[in-house]
Amino acid sequence: MRLVGFYLFAAVAVLLPILFPDNYFVTVVGASAGLHVILAVGLNLLMGYAGQISLGHAAFFGMGAYTSAILTTRFAWPGLLAMAAGLLVAGVMAWLFARPILRLRGHYLAMATLGFGIIVHVIMVQAMHWTGGPDGLAGIPPLNLLGWTVEGDQQWYGVIIAAMLLTIWLSLNIVDSRMGRALRAVRGSEFAAQMMGIDTARAKTQVFVVSALFAAFAGSLFAHQQAFISPDSFNLMISVELVTMVVLGGMASTFGAACGAIALTLLHQGLVVFEDYEMLIHGGLLMVVMIFLPQGLFVGLSQGVRRVMNNSSIVLRYREIVSTKLSSSSR
Amino acid sequence: MSSRWWKINLAVFLLLVGGSLSSAAEPIKIGTFLSVTGPASFLGDPELKTLQMVIGNLNAKGGLLGRKIELIHYDTGGNAKEAVDFVKRLIKSDNVDIIVGGTTSGDTLAVIPDIEKEGIPLISLAGAVDIVEPVKKWVFKVAHSDRMAVAKIYDDLRKRGLTKVALITGDGGFDKSGREQLRKLAPEYGMVIVADEAYGNKDTDMTAQLTKIRATDAQAIINFGFGQAPAMVTKNIKQLGIKLPVYQSHGVASKTFIDLAGDAAEGVRLPAAALVVAEQLPDADLQKPVLLAYKKHYEAQYGPVSTFGGHAYDGVIMAIEAIKRADSVNKATVRDEIEKTKGFIGTAGVFNMTPEDHMGLTLDAFKIVEIRNGGWKIVE
Amino acid sequence: MPEQLFQFLVTGITVGSLYALVGLGFALIYNASDVVNFAQGEFVMLGAMTAIGLLAAGWPLVLAAMAATLLTVLVGLLLERFAIEPAWGASVVATIIITIGAAIFLRGVALLLWGKDFHAMPPFSGDAPIHLGSATLLPQSLWVLGGAVVLVTLVHLFLNRTLVGKALLACSFNRAAAQLVGINVKVMLRLAYGLSAGLGAVAGILIAPITFSSYEAGIMLGLKGFSAAIVGGIGNPMGAVAGGLILGVLEALGAGLISSGYKDAIAFLFVLMVLFFEPTGLFGHKVAERV
Repeated sequence: MRLVGFYLFAAVAVLLPILFPDNYFVTVVGASAGLHVILAVGLNLLMGYAGQISLGHAAFFGMGAYTSAILTTRFAWPGLLAMAAGLLVAGVMAWLFARPILRLRGHYLAMATLGFGIIVHVIMVQAMHWTGGPDGLAGIPPLNLLGWTVEGDQQWYGVIIAAMLLTIWLSLNIVDSRMGRALRAVRGSEFAAQMMGIDTARAKTQVFVVSALFAAFAGSLFAHQQAFISPDSFNLMISVELVTMVVLGGMASTFGAACGAIALTLLHQGLVVFEDYEMLIHGGLLMVVMIFLPQGLFVGLSQGVRRVMNNSSIVLRYREIVSTKLSSSSR
Repeated sequence: MSSRWWKINLAVFLLLVGGSLSSAAEPIKIGTFLSVTGPASFLGDPELKTLQMVIGNLNAKGGLLGRKIELIHYDTGGNAKEAVDFVKRLIKSDNVDIIVGGTTSGDTLAVIPDIEKEGIPLISLAGAVDIVEPVKKWVFKVAHSDRMAVAKIYDDLRKRGLTKVALITGDGGFDKSGREQLRKLAPEYGMVIVADEAYGNKDTDMTAQLTKIRATDAQAIINFGFGQAPAMVTKNIKQLGIKLPVYQSHGVASKTFIDLAGDAAEGVRLPAAALVVAEQLPDADLQKPVLLAYKKHYEAQYGPVSTFGGHAYDGVIMAIEAIKRADSVNKATVRDEIEKTKGFIGTAGVFNMTPEDHMGLTLDAFKIVEIRNGGWKIVE
Repeated sequence: MPEQLFQFLVTGITVGSLYALVGLGFALIYNASDVVNFAQGEFVMLGAMTAIGLLAAGWPLVLAAMAATLLTVLVGLLLERFAIEPAWGASVVATIIITIGAAIFLRGVALLLWGKDFHAMPPFSGDAPIHLGSATLLPQSLWVLGGAVVLVTLVHLFLNRTLVGKALLACSFNRAAAQLVGINVKVMLRLAYGLSAGLGAVAGILIAPITFSSYEAGIMLGLKGFSAAIVGGIGNPMGAVAGGLILGVLEALGAGLISSGYKDAIAFLFVLMVLFFEPTGLFGHKVAERV
């Protein structure tokens, strides 16, 4: 039952390129949205379930991307191996960083993660010898998956959507696991969770590492898909945007985070035609949504729908008919 | 005569009429992706205004090849990832005929693989030499290379007998690639770099870096950047009482720099395109009429011109001329015609493209100018 | 070397006082509402840009500064009334996103009003550098330093010596209890937003002659101001000022002594170290968690 949403989501993602083959808004924007979904779903594990904010998540995204890019271009590593190295780098960094940083609360945690993000970004810009500096690294070879080279927007759409579905599935499972329950307890009250015998520090460290791994995974894919990366894709603005995706969609809901990611990606593509008015409209929309749906688009709207479903007489009448039919047929 | 034959004839006739009608109605689409907001808006903004102005004027005069021109524009905010997405959108969704744009080198370099794969002519407005070296089939550029600016600065230093220089540069792409060239060309011109400092482009004070430079035996300071930071550096140099000659890059060749830096800008030298000093050129200069005409048009609508708007002017006029000569918007023909551009007088200089050179400018496109009494003065 | 060091310190203190001024506004709103207002940097930008615009239109400096401050206060009140108040009861994160939205919105407005160019503001009392031994600083830096001292004193007196100020503090300690003792929490919130918008505007006007201004100027200033407020211990106005000065001096020393390219990284590394050892900032309150 809990996977119904997942199958629906997967069906839409697979049907879109069949209905609109080689359409820019499906294959290019869709792939972008897919990467954002991976990032947002990962960040949601940390923010939504463990209640820890991160304003430096783009750093892990960048670590994955730069590790992949540097190892494949400068040392001719195979793509998958470089991707594994990227995951390792981000995971180890997150693990080292998690213990001291997750002792912090609220705005102090926001500050620490923000500082971490800025430090990583400064290194990307300044260590030109390795990273290519602000103009970035070009000529990243295409990804080779066991003999199949991913090329062109349509194939990339397929790969990224597959990766996205994998992370959503993983996230749904993590939430329902022992770790997920521990996290929710931490979110409610860390002190109370400790009293109940939950190793809160460990639970928080685990989720921090997992969400860093999701981000690095997206980063590696991103580097190969774009064949070019530069530090602008991993700066503070991107970190803030990721947080916005999670909150806009609805925290503590995997599909909420996914919806937020898709909504913001589409919003940007839609608003670009307004040129100088883009910022005004973007900021205004963000405020309006959060004022009227403080729980986010997905959570807020689905609750609204549920309320309507429960109250409206037509729905009640419909349910009556369905239930009588069902009971008569079963008889 | 069988009725079938008639039917075929009718169908062919209808197709021809329909085809020519639709092509008359269908506008020629010029796509562009510029950094109109973000750190490079200083460059991208005048570029967009110029494109809109030129295309607006042309449409008012009846368009091109009897068709209207449509400009399709997306703002990249200086983010290379956006540039890649929007170039795909221009090619796949908007079906543009040619692309003029790419404000920053990062944006341009990022989109080159897609441009080459899809086979659509691109005229870039960015500076880095890597854009056209090695030559890419579909990629051209009309802006001066940072290498040319550096060569010009070093040349002037050598004439003044100065050899020890201190560098101070920002953290943007333009700054960093300028710094690379400064370091690379130094030995060739007999320059010794005695200090190499950096700052963030949004910093509000560079006195710490300049204090370090003051303690060296530098004979001149070179600052490579654009936007407000070079103005800040210039003011800080004055504040610290450093009396060394100051060189800026072509990135500040706009009235805004003089307005921001105020008195401190007096005596600063920089390599600039002829555009900012158009009035001072001798009347015999080939470029003078072109420069004055662009300047008059632009300033009537938007205010002071900048070199960067000039690049957009060169790019779009070059594209239009090539389409005219090709007498179609066939991408391969237009590309060939751009490559055959000869003696094209633009704001940046006189362009002579060849299959080996997709920029076609020479060093004399730059003039060394000095800021005197709040204005520009040619000093060579 | 010691002379250089002295200049680095002077530079650090001038830059730090900019951050301190901006950080002060963060502290004030946080005191009343427990929310970090990410549009604080935009208040600073609005104050500066409006003043520059009015000066260019021929207004005298004092009048332009007052009008710009009043206008920004009005924007702060409008923001509170139409964006923060309707979201009453929303989570802190949702409120933060609202302020981020507001920041983007205000930037958009500024873009349409003043374009994308940078604008300069003439210094209040000339730009002949003042010599302090081997170091120099601009007269405007003294204005900024003086402004920071005056404003932080005023804020401190207001919060600790006046009834309204104490009421404001009470709202942050315990909103329900504050309401029970008869404090109108809504009015207090409006007051906090109005005041910190005003603080931001004054800061913006004081620093504009040094930093220039543009529609995007609020991003960097907001970031540094936020960092200053956090390092000092959020909610403590004195802490924000100390945090700003520390950050400024660190950046200048980092640039001067270690590497100018990595100076921001060095400053933030230090901030991280501070937080690792003092998880509530240098002068923050220790809070106990309620179960």
